[in-house]
Amino acid sequence: MAASLISLVNLTKDYNGTEAIKDLNLQIKKNEFLTLLGPSGCGKTTTLRIIGGFEQPTTGEVFFDGININQLPPYKRKVNTVFQKYALFPHMNVYENIAFGLKIKKLSNSLINQKVAAMLELVALSGYEQRTITSLSGGQQQRVAIARALVNEPEVLLLDEPLGALDLQLRKEMQLELKAMQQHLGITFIFITHDQEEALTMSDTIVVMNRGLIQQVGTPEDIYNEPTNAFVASFIGESNLVEGRMLSDFQLELLGKQLPCVDSGFIPDELVDVVIRPEDLKIVEENEGVFTGNIKSTTFKGVHYEMIVSAGARDWMVHSTRARSVGMKVGLRVEASNIHIMRKAGVV
Amino acid sequence: MRKNWIVYPYFGWMIAFTLIPLSLLIFFSLTTQTNQGISFSFDNFQRFFEPLYLQVLFRSLLWAGISTLFCLVLGYPSAFILANLKLKYKNTLILLLVLPMWINFLLRTYAWLTLLERRGLINTLLGHFGIQPLSLLYNDFAVILGMVYNFLPFMILPIYTVLSKINQNLLEAAGDLGASPWQCFCKVIFPLSLPGVSSGVTMVFMPAVTTFVISRLLGGGQYTLIGNLVEQQFLTVGDWNFGSAISMVMIFIILLGMSFTSRYEKTQEGGGLW
Repeated sequence: MAASLISLVNLTKDYNGTEAIKDLNLQIKKNEFLTLLGPSGCGKTTTLRIIGGFEQPTTGEVFFDGININQLPPYKRKVNTVFQKYALFPHMNVYENIAFGLKIKKLSNSLINQKVAAMLELVALSGYEQRTITSLSGGQQQRVAIARALVNEPEVLLLDEPLGALDLQLRKEMQLELKAMQQHLGITFIFITHDQEEALTMSDTIVVMNRGLIQQVGTPEDIYNEPTNAFVASFIGESNLVEGRMLSDFQLELLGKQLPCVDSGFIPDELVDVVIRPEDLKIVEENEGVFTGNIKSTTFKGVHYEMIVSAGARDWMVHSTRARSVGMKVGLRVEASNIHIMRKAGVV
Repeated sequence: MRKNWIVYPYFGWMIAFTLIPLSLLIFFSLTTQTNQGISFSFDNFQRFFEPLYLQVLFRSLLWAGISTLFCLVLGYPSAFILANLKLKYKNTLILLLVLPMWINFLLRTYAWLTLLERRGLINTLLGHFGIQPLSLLYNDFAVILGMVYNFLPFMILPIYTVLSKINQNLLEAAGDLGASPWQCFCKVIFPLSLPGVSSGVTMVFMPAVTTFVISRLLGGGQYTLIGNLVEQQFLTVGDWNFGSAISMVMIFIILLGMSFTSRYEKTQEGGGLW
């Protein structure tokens, strides 16, 4: 395993009695695109601010390259931040904003010119040197913020929901561009978002957080396919979350029906959370289904239809490329391997 | 846009107390009264450019300048400290700062008389330490002290307002980019606070140039500032024409000053007075 660049050890942060982070442990590898994902107030921004040095942890330690940096002020850390609202200096033009860090380091003017020009090219803003910040669009300001951070060649770039203010189209573009930049430059990115799709698109590793606790750490595939608890499952993509009971290994009882599954290692009769993704549910003829019911609604979503099927005393969300008419009697089926079984939250 | 009746009282006010007096001022400054009647001339303005009066103008500008400088040197750090205080202390301190402004300007200036007198509070205190009484009153020191004392809040408040509006994110960004707290102040905080400084300078310099009460009371009448000159012409000498001409020169100086400072306030948000 590659040595970790940043280690967070037993980190807690307490704001006047409110715990923003509870005993957080995390290893961040070199050249990794790591995303902290969670709803607002989950502690992801606090975690980032502790890495950046803007907040002191209440307890716990932060290691950078094996050295404790708890006491190191932000301006001495080898990390740079792209702030949520960009925090560009309004009294400076684009060039001066990007050159800020280099001027602090007292580099020669010719070198600064060269580096700023290269950065502007990277973020596709060549020729914007003399523009004022207020004359730029949101997307352009965002690029300047990225350039201003990257020009310092940090070992780690922290990004605090940098795409939050952009419209969907631009957001998607920037997601791909950021990912490309990260791979091209070979810098560790620590990215914050509450958008699960964004996290899945960009990350090497996703850290799902809720209420100051890490819920799961894994690759996007892991997180999506094998969520460890109901929170992760419902936060990552739309899903059907049902309570079930493990009868024995590979045997699940779900809403009074017995189903084969691929999970084992539970206590017999243990209550579990079951997640079935909408795209994993198949609509079949009434007599072929495990559950039977009727179509409550059908909504066109572009690539697929989203249907709500009322079956087995609950509503199921089903995605299918074929529409069924409302009121139609149907059956629902699911493959054993698509049933995700998780221990109840709190037992993790 | 359709005019609303609600603005008429304001128009009336403006006409009665700004437009008419100003017109009279212009009229008086451009006329001379002779036995033959009233005639137009620039004599009053010409007279002002005699060395005697230019010296008064120069002294007024110099002392107002010195006072403004002192106010800035004292006021900026105060505003800075104030802006970075915790909220509960902040409000108390601002109240303390504004409190003297609720007391009559004359009374406050009179109060300094009793403090600075030969047998006043300060000299009595010094006497207890065996220090000979100092002559603190009726000199340029006393006048400038009076100006600084009276106008300091007008320096602190606009700077404070601008400083507290500076986005904390910007300071974090500067630190993030490697700026030490001092570099952060020089490159981010100070440049962003300039509109407040400019307002403060205007608000202190303008009244300091035109004051006549402070120089009269604390200067003991031996220092004539431009404000005193105007007062004399109107109240003692009775030469309204020359008095008006001096007033016009003063108005011109004030407008000149404002045209410099308001440039900042227009381009950058906040801290502006008008």
